[in-house]
Amino acid sequence: MSVESNGHFVAVRSVTKRFGDLEVLKRVDLDVDKHGVVCLIGASGSGKSTLLRCINLLERVDEGEIVVDGQSLTSGKVDVNAVRRKIGIVFQAYNLFPHMTVLQNVMLGPRKVRGLDRGRSEGIAMELLRRIGLEAKAQEYPDRLSGGQQQRVAIARALAMEPELMLLDEITSALDPQLVSEVLQLVRELSDVGMTMIIATHEMSFAREVSDKVCFLDAGVICEQGPPEQIFSNPQEPRTREFLARIIEAGRM
Amino acid sequence: MHRFLHAFASPPAFRQAVPDVWSGFLINVHMMFIAEALVLVLALLIAVIRGLPGRGAKPLRGLAILYTDFFRGTPLTIVALVCILGLPGLGYGFIKNLSSETLGILALTIVYTAYVTEVYRAGIESVHGSQRMAARSLGLTYGQALRYVVLPQAIRRVIPPLLNDFIGLQKDTAIIGLIGVTEAAAQATNFANSYFNYTGYFVAATFFVYLTIPLARYTDHLIKARELRERAAGV
Repeated sequence: MSVESNGHFVAVRSVTKRFGDLEVLKRVDLDVDKHGVVCLIGASGSGKSTLLRCINLLERVDEGEIVVDGQSLTSGKVDVNAVRRKIGIVFQAYNLFPHMTVLQNVMLGPRKVRGLDRGRSEGIAMELLRRIGLEAKAQEYPDRLSGGQQQRVAIARALAMEPELMLLDEITSALDPQLVSEVLQLVRELSDVGMTMIIATHEMSFAREVSDKVCFLDAGVICEQGPPEQIFSNPQEPRTREFLARIIEAGRM
Repeated sequence: MHRFLHAFASPPAFRQAVPDVWSGFLINVHMMFIAEALVLVLALLIAVIRGLPGRGAKPLRGLAILYTDFFRGTPLTIVALVCILGLPGLGYGFIKNLSSETLGILALTIVYTAYVTEVYRAGIESVHGSQRMAARSLGLTYGQALRYVVLPQAIRRVIPPLLNDFIGLQKDTAIIGLIGVTEAAAQATNFANSYFNYTGYFVAATFFVYLTIPLARYTDHLIKARELRERAAGV
């Protein structure tokens, strides 16, 4: 019996994930509406990345259920590849394919997974590269690009699959400070066109600006969630207050 | 010293030995090319099998491990003796019709596939797991991720050690000469038996060296180019 997603595009229900004896996620509940943007904040190791990976089936949940677009990812037989086709993920370390040009990186999904011919795949890829302003770099290899440019290509690569949901896993954490804004600007544009996103981030002011909902994770538990004004201006939980106080102290907000 | 030179490197004997040793050497080159082509393909296949995930693939993985362990540990001479002298004795028609040269290629392929499998495997393991993860997260299947993302990177990295193994294979074609194939070393032995002069071996050695030097230099070049590239990427 599948848990009702109650019209939410993503419904995470009581999800628990263990690595050996360590409980990384403890009965986590999370709803994301279509076109909604949810930011996950919290210290490193609080379970943000693991939650994203569970939604993309890169990790298997031990208990609980995840429903995306009315389809349960956790019960019965799931076509892992079909699920991943509609969920894009972008990683902290970009993970571009170094042996392929920028264009080939972005074309790979359309060509091999969506089964489009070379011409159409290239068309889609070039259009995306134009959109992220890296058309001129199409024939370069990733190691010739700056970190910010590489991360934008990684976003384009995910978008080339025309996903219905994007998971962004601390995508600016590996970047030099002056390169962060170009990547965040791209995410802002995605949110403007209504992309559904779950974003794990340490960029608090960005989270405040872009999200409909902010979730604060602590030790594998969603400690507090709500609209950004509430979480950042009027946090209810002592642990949320403590976390934000430390962020402010570190000058990160 | 004079006697030594006369016995091993006398110019007239050198000239005299060249034609026969050269015709033998062509057999070495022939065996080497065919064996190398087979090894490249078979070793990749076994390396991939060894990396297959899941419990279902366990017997296959086991077979692959057994193969590499066994033939990496067995001297080529023994494998060659079994192939060239032993297999035809089984009396199966299709084996009886195979030439010693073909059976020698078989022996070389069996042994070097085991070495090269390990080279490929090291290359596959050197590709960071995040690459496979990124490929799978796009929706690529296990096979597609391997084919388009992991193997191209793995193979590029192992080209230098691969070429090294091929230099070994080229030289080991001479072992097949001890067991009934009249390749360069065997021709040199014939020459020595006929003229009581060992310059034929010097001729054969020269041919081998001329064949391996370009390959060795090319390997050095690749290693150096990669070092430069990696240093540049790290700046």
